[in-house]
Parts: sequence; C-alpha cells; structure tokens
Amino acid sequence: MYQYIIRRILIFIPMLLALSIIVFALAKAAPGDPFTGKILDPNVNPEVFEQQREALGLNKSVPEQYVNWASRFAKGEFGESITYKGRSVQSLISERLGNTVRLGVFALFLTLIVSIPIGIYSARKPYSPLDYAATTFGFMGLAIPNFFFGLVAIYFFSIKLGWFPSQGSIGGPGMEGFSEFMSRLHHLVLPGITLGLAGTATYMRYMRSEMLDVLDSDYVRTARAKGMSERNVLYKHTLRNALIPIITLMGFEFGTLLGGAIITEQVFNYPGLGTLFISSVINKDYPVVMAISLFLGVAILIGNLLADIFYSIVDPRIRYD
Amino acid sequence: MQTNEQQPIEADSYTVVKGERHRSPLQISFRRFFKNKLAVLGLIILLFVALVAIFAPFFAEHSPTKTDMLKIEQSPSKEHILGTDSSGRDNFSRLVYGSRISLTIGLAAMLFTVVIGVVLGSLSGFYGGIVDGIIMRATDIMLALPFIVLALTVMSIVENITISIFVTIIALTTWPTLTRIIRGSFLTLREQEFIQGARAVGASDFRIIRKHFLPNAVGPIIVNATLLMATMIIIESALSFIGMGIPQPTPTWGNMITEAQNIRILRSHPEAWIPPGLSILITVLAINFIGDGLRDAFDPKK
Repeated sequence: MYQYIIRRILIFIPMLLALSIIVFALAKAAPGDPFTGKILDPNVNPEVFEQQREALGLNKSVPEQYVNWASRFAKGEFGESITYKGRSVQSLISERLGNTVRLGVFALFLTLIVSIPIGIYSARKPYSPLDYAATTFGFMGLAIPNFFFGLVAIYFFSIKLGWFPSQGSIGGPGMEGFSEFMSRLHHLVLPGITLGLAGTATYMRYMRSEMLDVLDSDYVRTARAKGMSERNVLYKHTLRNALIPIITLMGFEFGTLLGGAIITEQVFNYPGLGTLFISSVINKDYPVVMAISLFLGVAILIGNLLADIFYSIVDPRIRYD
Repeated sequence: MQTNEQQPIEADSYTVVKGERHRSPLQISFRRFFKNKLAVLGLIILLFVALVAIFAPFFAEHSPTKTDMLKIEQSPSKEHILGTDSSGRDNFSRLVYGSRISLTIGLAAMLFTVVIGVVLGSLSGFYGGIVDGIIMRATDIMLALPFIVLALTVMSIVENITISIFVTIIALTTWPTLTRIIRGSFLTLREQEFIQGARAVGASDFRIIRKHFLPNAVGPIIVNATLLMATMIIIESALSFIGMGIPQPTPTWGNMITEAQNIRILRSHPEAWIPPGLSILITVLAINFIGDGLRDAFDPKK
C-alpha cells in the first residue's frame, strides 16, 4: 500500500509540469497582450507601451517566459494583475478564495446530507413512491442547466418572495462574529443549492445502486441469516461498504464541483474565483487566468490523489501493481 | 453487428437454435428499447424538437436576428407571443431557431468527440503498453482541468467563434471521458478467446479492431454518445450564457438566457428567459431518457 501511495505521489509531479505547460501554452497562444485593442491615447508615446511590454517580459522568447513564469510560480510569486493595476495576482486570489471554498464546502455538505439518506432509503424500499420521486428528482437535477436553475431560484426566492439575497457574499462591510456568519450563510443558500443540485442527483443514484449491490451480497445474507438486527445489517455491514465508492466519486466530482462553481458564481454575482476567472478571461488578464487555471488544476490533482490514497486505505482488498 | 460475446461469426452464418425466430442481438436490444415507455417518450420529444428545428421558418414568422430599436423589451402581444429582447428581436422566433443551434452543436460536438474517443480509446485498449500509457496520461492531464476552465481559456483565444470552431473546441476538450470508457470495454474484450482466435488466424490489427472489438463495444459507445449529446447541449448553453459561446446575433437558447443577467429583464420579463431554459431542460431530459433506455436495452444482464 505504501509503495502504491509513493508511486501515486511520484506520478503527480510530471502531471503538474504537463499541466503548467498546457496552461502556459494556452495563455501564450492568445492573440494580443493587455496593450492591444485599447484605444491608444495620442498623448502617450508608443514607446511607453513598448517599455511596458519590456518591463512585463512580454518580449522575451516563449521558453524563456515559461521558465521565468514557472520558477516564480514555484516560489509563490504569481505576478501582477494587468487589469487591476498594482494588485498582485496572489492578493486577488486569496481575497476571493475564501468565498469559493465556502461555496464549495456548503454545496458539498448539502449534497451529501441530502443524497446519502435518500439513496439509502431508495435502496431499502426500491420502487416505493419516494424512490420514484427521488428518481424523478435525479433526472431533473441532471438535466437542468445550473445557471438556469440559479436564475429561477433568484426569480422566485429573491424577487418574488424576498427570502434570500440575489447576489453578493455578505450583507455589508464591518460585520463581525455571529452576524457575519449568518449574513454569509444567508447569501450562500441559493448559490449553494444551485451548485449542489447536479451533485446531489449523481450521488443519490450512486448511493442507491451501491446499496442495492451490497444488500445483494453473500455476507449481508449471512449477517441476516445469523439473526443480526436489520439496523446493524444496514449500518454496520452495508452502509460502510457502500460508502467506499462514494469516496472515489468525490475525487472525480471535485472538478465538476469547481467547474460548476464558476458558472454559479457568475449567476449570483458571487465574488469568488469563478467570477474573477471569467472577468480575467474577458479582459485578457493572462497572469490571473494562468494562476487560477493552474490553481484549480492543482486542486483537482490533489483531490484525486487524496481520493486514491484514501481508497487504498479504507479498502484493503484492492491491490495495485 | 453482434453484441453476443461468444459469437465472433458473422450474422449471416449464425445458425438458429430451438426454432425461435432469429433476431440479431441488435434487434433484440431495439425491441427492448421500444418497450421502455420513458425512452419512447424521450424519442418522441426529441423528434418534435428536431422537426421544429428543421421547419423553423414554418413556426416562426419573424426573423430571429432582425433588430428593431423601437420595439425593445416588449411584453408578449399578439404579434410577439413571447415579447422582444433587449435589441427588439422576436423572442419566439429566437426560441424556434435556437433549437437548430442546440441540436446541431449537440450532434456535431458529440460525433466529433465520439470519433476522437473511438480512435484513441481503440488504440489505447488494443495496443496497451506505451501507447496506452501516453494516451491515458494525456486524459489524466485533460481531466485535471475543469472542462469549463479549459474551454473558456480557449474561447478567449479565438477571436471569431463560429459554430464549427465552437464544436471543435468542445470536442477537443471533452474527449478524455469517452476515450477511457472505450478503452475500458476494449480491455475486458482483449483477453477473450474469440479475439485470440482472430489473432491466431492472422487477422490484421485494423480488422480485429473493426470487426471484433468495435461491434462488441457498440452498446457502451451508443449509450455514452447519447448521454454526451445531452451534455454538449448543456455545455453550449452554459458557455453562450456567459457570453463565451456562440455570439449574437445568432440565436441560441443559452444566449437568450443571457438577457436575464439584467435584473430588470429577470424580474419583469420571465417570458423572455424561462422558455429557452425549459427548452434546454426538456430536450436534455428527453435525450437522457433515450440514453437510459438504450443502456437498459444493451445490458446483457437484463
């Protein structure tokens, strides 16, 4: 197992390099730089733009630029944003990161707390009315585009009913302690449900079929045969084993969650990494685009790595060679 | 085409046992598919959407792209059933013509992805070793970036997004999942006796892939291609919604919903953005029903 974990970590390094090359190549393939397309102020000498390009290192050879960028990146210097004058990419990201993490964690929390009990129930009473309702919900949850669901949620719950705010992440500045927490939570409800919806549908289906598989297995029959209480069969034997694949699913779905967060944040005008990423893409603010892409990529690689390692620990039957 | 794993022989030399009328496995699957009510419902809905798309001019009397600055953001009237958008274009016409874009992109992006997936998945699953290693590491890296991040970055690079460029970008960023699925089904087939038999009689690699692997992997390919089409429609609408997809004035369901980013339209003109959203929902739902129906129909365990 340890050998597997070490090997799995070693694969991580070339993947990281490849990822950084892709991100860098994409940013470089983009036409123009921050100075093209802007209406050139006649009072500004074109040489000034040239000097700026020189200062930002935009005139060097491409491999040279990559090495510069990558080595600075490794040291934790992400450069300066081009649109937000004088702001370091790092400060922009760290300012938004908390919001995105809160949104992601909240959405995942909702997903798990809803999907696992429903999945268990559906597997215990398959083809019951509630199972059918859950299946219908699953179909809808996977078919509705999350941005549309978000807009419908805003329309009904913010505009018509006025229960939740339609945008932002906090009520106002200067909030502290409990009131800050409540305001943030209040702002998280609609985006959190929107982001968690597709995941809830996926996990629910998975949970149901995993539970059905395990309930069908020999050791569950044995447990029942020797007179174990249904409660113990369900929670000690079945649930534990059915939860294992859910861990892998979480690793896989991590990327989907982050991708969904980008769209969801846009709908709710939620100040997270997603809205920053979209505005940077539109403004061709490549230092920010590169940093966020790489950041999300690394987060997903680490997520998958952890899921794999965790999986190898909880399920000793699995052999990797 | 055969999905029966023990029978590598061609369909015409297949001898019928026990007097039952002979049906090929594919025919059996299709019969099973048509017994599934939800799947048939999905098929009917999809056919309806396809008809609307093909005969769009019959359904919509107004031009979907003609702007009229004197008639912006109008509420529904006899002339404009769903009102007009912020540029004075008829919403109903845009909804009708939008189905063309959704279906075209869904279908084209799906086919393109399937081609890439089948080629790379076949190579990977058939040859194994270094080829497999390279292709699988490539899928790992592609999957490490959320699709939307990759697509948005590429979209920002391309200046004029046309439908064909859009389809290419989507296909080039979504191939890894299908590639893995096809590789997976190849791997389970690889060690089977009929494949070894084909090798033993000296069939070429291409022939083995084409005649023995692909027909046996056709179930998972069709099922995943169908579900992929639904994904493509959602992707198109999401990107168009952000404004990084098919640009205006071409009507798409996604860029119609973009209008709702304006809180005034969101609030007072639900007839402008709810119908395109429901259209996406219903179309995707229909395709998913078909996909699930196909999955059950191709499942040899049932």
